[in-house]
Amino acid sequence: MSLDPFILRALAAGIGVAVIAAPLGCFVVWQRMAYFGEAVAQASLIGIALGLALQLDLTASALAVSAVLALLLIVLARQSLVPLDSLLGLLAHAALALGVIATSFVSGPPVDLLGYLFGDIFAVSTQDLWWVFAGGAAVLVALAWLWKSLLSMAVHEELAAAEGIPRDLVKGAFVVLLALAIAVAIKIVGILLAIAFLIMPAAAARPLSSTPERMALIAAVIATAGVVAGLELSLSFDIPGGPAIVAVLAAMSGVSLFGMALRAGAQ
Amino acid sequence: MIATPDPAPTDRPPAGGSDFADGHANCGHAHHHHHTAASITHRAGDVLIGAQGLAISRGGRTILEDVDFEIRKNEIVTLIGPNGAGKTTLVRVLLGLIAPDKGIIRRSPGLTIGYVPQRFDIDRAIPMTVARFLALGRAGTPERARAVLAEVGASRVVDQQMSGLSGGELQRVLLARALLRDPGLLVLDEPVRGVDYVGEAELYALIGRLRAERGLGVLMVSHDLHIVMAQSDRVVCVNRHVCCSGVPETVAKDPAYVRLFGEHAARSFAVYSHRHDHRHDLAGEAKPVSPSVGNDAEREPQGGGR
Repeated sequence: MSLDPFILRALAAGIGVAVIAAPLGCFVVWQRMAYFGEAVAQASLIGIALGLALQLDLTASALAVSAVLALLLIVLARQSLVPLDSLLGLLAHAALALGVIATSFVSGPPVDLLGYLFGDIFAVSTQDLWWVFAGGAAVLVALAWLWKSLLSMAVHEELAAAEGIPRDLVKGAFVVLLALAIAVAIKIVGILLAIAFLIMPAAAARPLSSTPERMALIAAVIATAGVVAGLELSLSFDIPGGPAIVAVLAAMSGVSLFGMALRAGAQ
Repeated sequence: MIATPDPAPTDRPPAGGSDFADGHANCGHAHHHHHTAASITHRAGDVLIGAQGLAISRGGRTILEDVDFEIRKNEIVTLIGPNGAGKTTLVRVLLGLIAPDKGIIRRSPGLTIGYVPQRFDIDRAIPMTVARFLALGRAGTPERARAVLAEVGASRVVDQQMSGLSGGELQRVLLARALLRDPGLLVLDEPVRGVDYVGEAELYALIGRLRAERGLGVLMVSHDLHIVMAQSDRVVCVNRHVCCSGVPETVAKDPAYVRLFGEHAARSFAVYSHRHDHRHDLAGEAKPVSPSVGNDAEREPQGGGR
């Protein structure tokens, strides 16, 4: 890989997001929140359209809309007449439709919809890098602080609450962190692949892990390797960066999970 | 199982918890026995949690109404009642997990509660060793976690994955996590769920021993209407309201119990004092073997971490 500045920026942003996304992705897997994350990611297109129209920072506006939707979802999940997965399917696609419509209203040069949907890692700017590293550091610090409470709740929410963990607060904090991680992951792999970037390394790490901490660590290593290999592939074969990374991660989780399935079958 | 909800308010015990402490069935009709069987005499200051006039409804359905309840230091109370009677709701209210619509709850200051929840199906997606799981509670040192695991007879499983434990091992590990908090009160929601008969007797013996050694209050929700731990000082029978309460031997003879659970249940009610405390007759009905049910014959040696 030749090290042009745009490649260096892509590499730095990709690795930064990989390290942030891996532990959050573990929680998404543990708490069965993949569709939740998908809905949050798709809502960000509305935020991007708003940001374009009002000339705001796009990451900030995407994050704001995603976080609001995520918090709304927590409230909506309390009703039990419509199951959560249907609700999420409804909201995710409603958000995507509204987002596409909203971008069509934005005046000025045509909006690069494909770039937002699938990411444009080689267009990462220095300002984006700031988002990745400042936002990422904030996410990691908050996550370290909340780790024990979050893990307790993932294991057994009722028991955690009985032991004095303020569950609504912790849940709220988690979805805001998740929205932030998704907002920066969108820069790398786009709205439609952001949640894949979170859950694939976690899924690949699961068969190799005996404790939750180890799983988060292994997921971070796998995600980083996926970014490096994906970028290499993208440059060598002139294929889009974000999808290349996700394809590599998919292959890694496939190998890991198939290996596990074969071992389980052999017993 | 025949559950005949009894709406007649006259069958409720008189308000106030003081009637429970005399250790007799106390069900509606004011038949007062002599205080011969009173198990433990308590001072008023020993109340760990007292609740008065609890009422809670959800979605227009009354779950609990006018429930008075208290549990004291060094006392084992077993909650029984039909499915949907509000046992778990009562436990959650006492734990402070949900707020009652009406009523007062008083906890003794500084009370720590160790809780063993009813359902514990850890998601296999979370890799979790027993040691790590114990550290998630109020941690303490790994040495302390090992000591408590030994206390509950589960040292063997310390490095195993939570999802691979047997029912009995899981219950012991959950008990260890509760004990690591140094609780004054243990709340166990169906502690013998998923445990075979031998394991059940051992768990009851363990809980009885913990009470004796640590002076804990123990509140247990029973999974089985018919079999109640012998060392229970009181059995409280809940069906939206407290329908009756008393020492294990007398509660099943209570007219309110018979009305609630039917003759069949009342006849087959047994006290779990020993692993062979009941045999099955030709009809498959459990019957007590010995007339001396409810004695302290429970301290049999237990087989380690089984």
